[in-house]
Amino acid sequence: MPYLLTVNGQRHRIEADGETPLLWILRDTLYLTGTKYGCGAAQCGACTVHLDGAPVRSCSVPLNALGTAEVTTIEGVDGPQAQAVRDAWVARDVPQCGFCQSGQVMSAIALLRAIPMPSDADIDAAMGGNLCRCATYMRIRAAIHDAAAAVAGASA
Amino acid sequence: MSDPKPAARGFRMTRRRMVLGGGLTGGALVIGYAATHPMEVAAMVLSGGGHDPEPSAFGAYIRIAADGMVTIVNKQQELGQGIHAALAAMIAEELDADWSRVRVVSAEVNFRAYGVQLTYGSFSVSTQWDAMRRAGAAARAMFVAAAARRWRVPRASIGVRDGIVSHPATGRSAPFAALLADADRETPPQQPRLKQPAEYRLIGTDRVRRKDAVPKSTGAQVYTQDVQRSGMLFAVLARSPRFGGRPARFDDRAARQVAGVVDVFATPAGVAVVAENSFAALRARAALRTEWDDRQAERRSTPEIVEEYHSIALGRSTLKPDRFLQRGDADRRFGEGQFEAAFDFPYLAHAPMETLDCVAQVDGWQVRIASGSHLATGELVNAAIATPTIPGKVELEVLPAGGSFGRRGAAMGDYVAECVHIARRLQGRPVKLFWSREDDLTGGYYRPMAHHRLWIESGADGLPTAWRHHIVAQQLLPFGANSPNYEGVKNSPYLAAVSTLDCKIFTPTSPVTATFWRSVGHSHGTMVMEHVVDQLARRAARDPADYRRALYRRAGATRHLAVLDAVCREAGWGTSIDAGWARGLAVQDYAGTVVGQVAEVRLEAGRPVVRRVVAAVDCGIAISPDQIAAQMEGGIGFGLSAALYGAITLKDGIVEQRNFDGYRVARIDDMPRVETHILRSTAPPTGMGEPGVPPIAPAIANAILALTGRPTRRLPFVGTDA
Ligand code: FES
Ligand code: FES
Repeated sequence: MPYLLTVNGQRHRIEADGETPLLWILRDTLYLTGTKYGCGAAQCGACTVHLDGAPVRSCSVPLNALGTAEVTTIEGVDGPQAQAVRDAWVARDVPQCGFCQSGQVMSAIALLRAIPMPSDADIDAAMGGNLCRCATYMRIRAAIHDAAAAVAGASA
Repeated sequence: MSDPKPAARGFRMTRRRMVLGGGLTGGALVIGYAATHPMEVAAMVLSGGGHDPEPSAFGAYIRIAADGMVTIVNKQQELGQGIHAALAAMIAEELDADWSRVRVVSAEVNFRAYGVQLTYGSFSVSTQWDAMRRAGAAARAMFVAAAARRWRVPRASIGVRDGIVSHPATGRSAPFAALLADADRETPPQQPRLKQPAEYRLIGTDRVRRKDAVPKSTGAQVYTQDVQRSGMLFAVLARSPRFGGRPARFDDRAARQVAGVVDVFATPAGVAVVAENSFAALRARAALRTEWDDRQAERRSTPEIVEEYHSIALGRSTLKPDRFLQRGDADRRFGEGQFEAAFDFPYLAHAPMETLDCVAQVDGWQVRIASGSHLATGELVNAAIATPTIPGKVELEVLPAGGSFGRRGAAMGDYVAECVHIARRLQGRPVKLFWSREDDLTGGYYRPMAHHRLWIESGADGLPTAWRHHIVAQQLLPFGANSPNYEGVKNSPYLAAVSTLDCKIFTPTSPVTATFWRSVGHSHGTMVMEHVVDQLARRAARDPADYRRALYRRAGATRHLAVLDAVCREAGWGTSIDAGWARGLAVQDYAGTVVGQVAEVRLEAGRPVVRRVVAAVDCGIAISPDQIAAQMEGGIGFGLSAALYGAITLKDGIVEQRNFDGYRVARIDDMPRVETHILRSTAPPTGMGEPGVPPIAPAIANAILALTGRPTRRLPFVGTDA
């Protein structure tokens, strides 16, 4: 049975087993490889995408559970928070190996949309599921504060 | 409806396209490089491999385009450590290029052009320092010569700045682009003049930043995991759950029923499952029934191995040690009242965020590989042996690695060979082998377990006078001495003026594979030396910083002294601290880089919490202060993961940690605030990829000692009753 899937605003007809995790549809079928495999078990956050704007671990969401939800990946995410987060990430040289960073960026954007001026505790809560083996955590925290200030400044 | 991007489908392995300016001369730059790693020697003998880079008048490392854009070729592997920026800055500094118009590409693997390409040991900066500067200075001299000829003025009267060549006396100037055709025809000088550190405009400034932050912040960076090839298949391997086990027989009927499965077959490393997509491969592997022959396998549990190591260290086994330090009457009995300590360290996985992966295509003798290996030259040999073919027929595209920490440098290139073994069965079809996280954590090539036992006598001043030290740890390489495991001890300044020295290493063997892990032997050696020194200071009722000062003075360790003073000053050592908190100190030299760290720690339900780490570092000339800080932060976070949680344990030979729930690593709320202070230096630069890792564990242990009076005897801190 084909599934109808909306990713980054585009509709796709996917012929695949309904048990297939969204992660593998994105990577192997749609070639959206910005979303990474890191653990396959909702333990690392490397595969984070937005489902109707909320951050989810795409490795643990099967195709048949998606319904009509709209998927947004790192390739398609947009808006003032997305721009501010990307700019802050580059300005601070957050990435080292970079492999976790798609997931970090997606979680950070979702955080800023929910809480425009997050505290350190808010950041810990929202980013705690995104591992970084290069331990860029200090710069992630600083960049989120920068991005929050940038969005606030732009809309003030 | 839209189709998946057809462009992605058509992506093929293409040679890097280089923009070149002007006429060309063959410019391969051969650098003087002493082979030290046994693998380097093997690679030199066997490797002719790869394409030649497109020639440039400015040598193998520099291309300048018609618009003046400077492309610098990075022969080392970018693993996240920022080496691409450091090497490019060395060249750009001497070339006086405009840093904003410099880009970096990774080199082809080519022995004739780039010599041996291995990235390990935090050596890239120190070994490339001369060659990179000379390459930049030679290219600069060619522009100066071209301008002098065109303007009919003496070369000495010409200056270069930010890619602009100028003659101040007459006010003439020209960008690189305008002089390119002429500069191309100049002969590169053999001995170009190099700048003095005082003349640096780029090196040491905050302008030296990474060149890859944009693709790595937008999902655009391509790693091996992301490689697409026309007709590519996906493979996973079913490996023995016990180290040293071999497949006896397998039943693939259910596996072959999984939609998308292409083939199932035995390889030397296990049973390969090949499919049209990743999920089908994983699913089919789960359906595979394999029986393993465990007769040669490791079947013990971790406590039994720990116990064995203890008896080895006490000389109660038949295993003969190698003595790596000896002074005075090394065999004598130590007296009463001596200090004794023992430490246990677990196996550690590297757990890079990108699990191991490799893309390979075998067409008869011809092999094409894409992988993030940092022993690039060595992989040509590994792949050639697996095919089998000659290394010159192996083409390797080195991609940035999503972390490695040593795992992608396992000397026998396990995952590359695995992939080639699979690809040769699929004659002509490209295949991507990937490891699941479970494969990664249970798959071996760990930082080996280690046990240290020490007996120390001290003099009236409390300083050590006799030092007996037994280390038990597996080899990291299948050849050579077990030296990487004792380097953190052997070079310690604490041993310099000790009159009786007896330091030995015992090398047990095991089917459990071991390899280099970020900071190698220092990952346990520094913990032992730095925590023991604090315990000795305590016995002598002396402040740990003062006690170290006395030891450094008697060893003439001036760089250690300077780092110690700097870190104590910046951390407020000796000043009061909030109730419940304590500071702990550690200092270490790794690969010529001296690091000191002071950690502020408190215990919460018996578990250490670190809120702030002040670090001081002497790494010679600081090329990129920002990236030095980044490596200090990352090194501390990586060391913290291991110190707090890291342990791979065996139960009846089977690894108990299968994913990040079992193998915990530091999360954002574990991460302390790190403040990095770089000592000024005019000495040649040394590496930063690893030296930040080891001091954090002993700094925490020393803070706990200050808080509770109790020494730490094993790592990790959490989950054991240390
Ligand atoms: S891959 Fe999905 S959370 Fe790790
Ligand atoms: S930047 Fe390497 S894992 Fe996060």
